[in-house]
This record gives sequence, C-alpha cells and structure tokens, in this order.
Amino acid sequence: MNAPEETVQTPATSAAIEMRGVSVGAMSDPGKIVVEGIDWTAGLGEFWAVAGLRGAGKTEFLMMTAGLSAPVKGTYRLFGAEMPMYEESRLAERLRLGLVFDDGHLFNLRTVFENVALPLRYHRNLSDVEAEPEVMRLLELTELAPWADSTPGAMPLSWRKRVALARAIILRPSVLLIDNALGGLDARDARWWLGLLDDLARGKGPLGEAPVSVIVTSNDLRVWEGHAGHFAALSEGRFTVLGSWEELRAVQHELVRELLPGRPPSQTATAI
Amino acid sequence: MRSAACGKRHCYQRVGTYTQPEPNHKPKVNYCKIPFDPSEVKSYVRHVHVVRTNPGAHPWTQTLLRLPLPVSFTNFVGRKLFLFLVTIQGLGAFALITLGVMLKKFGAAPKVVRPLVLRETSRAGVKLLPVFLFLAAALGLVIIGQTVSWLNKFQLINYLGTIMVTVVVRELGPLIAAVQVLARIGTANVVELGTARATGEVEALEALGIDPVHYLVVPRVVGMMLGTFCLTVYLILGAVGSGYLWAFIQNVPLRPGDYFRQLIDALNGFDFALLALKTISFGFIISIVTCYHGLAQPLRLDEVSNATVRAVGQCVIGCVLLDAIFIVAYLAVS
Repeated sequence: MNAPEETVQTPATSAAIEMRGVSVGAMSDPGKIVVEGIDWTAGLGEFWAVAGLRGAGKTEFLMMTAGLSAPVKGTYRLFGAEMPMYEESRLAERLRLGLVFDDGHLFNLRTVFENVALPLRYHRNLSDVEAEPEVMRLLELTELAPWADSTPGAMPLSWRKRVALARAIILRPSVLLIDNALGGLDARDARWWLGLLDDLARGKGPLGEAPVSVIVTSNDLRVWEGHAGHFAALSEGRFTVLGSWEELRAVQHELVRELLPGRPPSQTATAI
Repeated sequence: MRSAACGKRHCYQRVGTYTQPEPNHKPKVNYCKIPFDPSEVKSYVRHVHVVRTNPGAHPWTQTLLRLPLPVSFTNFVGRKLFLFLVTIQGLGAFALITLGVMLKKFGAAPKVVRPLVLRETSRAGVKLLPVFLFLAAALGLVIIGQTVSWLNKFQLINYLGTIMVTVVVRELGPLIAAVQVLARIGTANVVELGTARATGEVEALEALGIDPVHYLVVPRVVGMMLGTFCLTVYLILGAVGSGYLWAFIQNVPLRPGDYFRQLIDALNGFDFALLALKTISFGFIISIVTCYHGLAQPLRLDEVSNATVRAVGQCVIGCVLLDAIFIVAYLAVS
C-alpha cells in the first residue's frame, strides 16, 4: 500500500491526457451519451479551461477524465496508460491524477486536518503524528490552518473548496482536475485560486518544481483570460478545442458569446 | 406517473380494473451509478456491481417495479417473494465482497484501518456498556421475579441456575444484545453511510484511490462483531449476578455457592462455543445489512430514512432466523 512512493516511469510521450474518439456517458445512466467524439490532447504543465453551459456535460466529462467512469467509446490514455485503471498494481499511476469536486465532497464527520491527511495516511501508511508536518504545511499554504480542527459543516463554501483542493494535491499529482473551479467564490478568493493554479501549472506552487497539468471546468471564460493557455468548449454533445485566448476571441459563435458575457453579439455567427 | 428513467409519462391503458403499459412504450432502464468501482476492467467487484450489489438496477427488477399493482393476493405474494430473493442476492454478494476485501487487504494501511476498527469496537461495545448493565439488572429481575415464586410453589428452587442458563445464556442474552446493537449502532451506520453516499463522499474516496469497502465497511463489520460478542458476555454476567441479587432480596433459601454450582452444572463447552459463534454472527449480519443499505445502493438524502427502516426490519428477521438455526443445531447436538 505504498504505491505513491514508488517511482512512476513516465512514457516518452509528452501528453498527459490523450483522448481519441471518446464518448462520455451520464453518471446516472452510463448508457446515455452526454458528450461524444472527443479528440483531445493535453500536455504536461498545460492549463486548460473547458467551458460549457449548465447541463453541457462538464461534470460527466471531468469524472470520466478522473477515471470515475469508463468512456463509452474510444480510448483514453493518461501518461500513455489506458484509463480507467483500478488494479492495485496500477494505483501509483492512477494517483498521478487529482480531482477537486464542485462542492468539495468532503468527509463530513472528519475534521479539516483529517480530510487532508487521509489520502497521505492511507497510501503511505502514516499515523496522524507522522502525517502532521506535511499536512500542516499544506494547510498553511492554503490558509486553512485556523480551520484545522473544524468539520466541513462549520465552514463556508469557499473554505470547503480549499480543503478539497488541499486534499487533492497532497499526494502531488501531475494532473489536477477541478470541477467548476471558481463557482461560488468572491473576487478575493477567485484571485487566490487563479494565482495558485498559475503557480501549479508553472511548477512554482506548493508541489515543487514539477509542472502540473491543470484542467478546470467553468461556465464563464472571462475569468481565465491571462491564466489558462488553452480553451475548449462543451456544447450540444460535442467537445471542441478553441485554442488560445486570442483564437477564442476570434471565434464568432453564439456559444462563445454566451461563455464570454459582455462581449457584443456577433453579426455573422460561424460554426466552431 | 412519470418515469424517473426516461422522463416520459407512463402511458397506461385502462383494461378492466387494472392498468397495463402500452406495448410500444419501452421505458429505458436506469442503471444507477455504480457504487464502488465503475471500471470495465476485470476485478472481483465488477461482476457484482451492475446487478448484484444493486439488484434494483436489474432490468427485470425495474420492469417488475413498474408493473401496476397486482390484482390478486398470489400476485402480491409472488412480487414480494421475488423482491425478497433479489434482496438476499444483493446482501449475499455484498457480504462476499466484504469478506473478499477483508482477506485481500488484510494488513493494508494498518495505521489508518486499525484505529478505525478500535473506534468502531468502542462505539459498538464500550460506549454501550452502561445501558447494557442496566439491561442486565432488569433482565435478572424479570426472570428471577417471575420464576422464583413458581419454583417455590413446586419446590424446584434448585433449578434456578438451570433456568438462568437456558433463558439468558442460550436465548435472551444474545438476542437482546443484538437488538440493542442494532438499535444504537446499526441505525447510525445506515444514516452515516447513506448520507456519505448521498453527499458524494464515496466518490471522493474512489477518486483518492481508497477502497470504500476497506475504509468504511471492514472496520464496522469487525467492530460490530467484537462489540456484540463482548456486550453479550457482559449482559449475561450482569443478568446472572443481578438474578441472584433479586433472589436474595426475595428471601430465596439459596446460597451463592449453590447458585453458581447450578449454573456451572447447567453449562457445557458447547454452550460457550455456540454463544461465541452466535453473537459474532449476529454482529456480522447487523453490520452487513446496515452497511449494504447505507452504501451499496445509490441514495438521495430523502431516501436515507426509508433505507434505515428497511435495514432494521431485515436485521431483525436475519437475527431471528439465525437464532432458530442455532436452536435446531443445539437440539440436534445435545
């Protein structure tokens, strides 16, 4: 059960995530396809913002990417290894991927410290005392130290999201998936998140010098200007790579206008 | 009535006194989210995910549940019997999965799992001790109070110890302990796990690479098995002691030495073995049924109370049936 301590050999490919012809099923009904035909490659250290309106399948897409559900069709590889992977022998590979749920999905009967410490303790077989230095360092970095002994029920949403982030990165993943990253956050919290995600993608964050691939979902693309380097959209069951911010601005489509509120409506809508 | 699966209003035609679904309408089967390991890879749990740990998701079950209410008693009984068998199937599969995980991951992450086992043992054992001492005193009073006067009438006071052994050690002690553990801890189990399931904590465990059965179920099963056994022993000791106390208060001419000699004469090695086996089995049944109803099926928060009621009913039935089997075994051996 010391899987995360093992050295994982990264294949020669520079792609962290590679999807070919992938279709995503609904969480409640895997037979019902929500998004199909995904051809997408995300490299190590890339910062992607995947946008879509409510019900576009962002959460299903992210859950499938996290390996919580299998693709209905197509192939999905994480660092060259086929996903999903649940064999004990491949646990170390699987744990290179961290996931932050929309509302945190924290363990409500555990304190903040216990929530963050659990993956570290379970996979490295550590006691509370042995895990404390690493956990407290992360709690300090995420400004959660004063909440260490609180349970999630006593915390506002913005702090719960930080706990979920700390829990997801304590095992130092190479790919970080965040569902609705800035949903429900005020301007100060949003700035803090953007700064941290920038640092993670550049390899300057709390996880050390290794760059982390960051993939966030959102329903508003404006906030990601200057942060995310790559954009994609989910709409009407299709996944479309939009490119960089400049390329995104050049796209004349109703969906992009909706995802960039405040932008003047296009005169001639074109397909994306 | 609107179908939860396909969103279409069920199109029933009136035929006589009951309704039948239109032949052309095929409601989609709603496969609920797979509880533990939704991968398509070959693993010990995959085969039971789709159907067995979640029998309600089976197309036949879904079709059966969508059928109009049966018009005859035999149909009603058949429907109930079918659902009973499906539940047995699900519980059996869940029990096997749990045993498999216990064996396969024995010794895995001991610094996390052992404190959980100790906590569950404390919760299902040590913390229930005060109420069990009270119950033990009450049990001794009830049995001695009722039997002393009758035994005195027929000059059979020498059988007081034998009656205590027969009633308390073999029957009432284990059963009362099991019902208490179910009421105090089993129900809490369903609520805790059902809430965890409904609020996405189980998915969070999966995302962190932690086996939910290993982390959530195994400590509860071990803790409740140990707790039920220990509490039954305390209950029996307390009831036997308080029994003599009440007999002494009622001026029964029985010395302590004679009373305990009667107890020892009435007991044999088989009683101890059967007591241990029975109480551990009760703990296993209660923990498996409550964990199954809390964890193995997708729940919404509003369904947790119904799941708790179902779990309590099935635990009581399971314990009583097991008790009957033990009675038969005892009679056959003795």
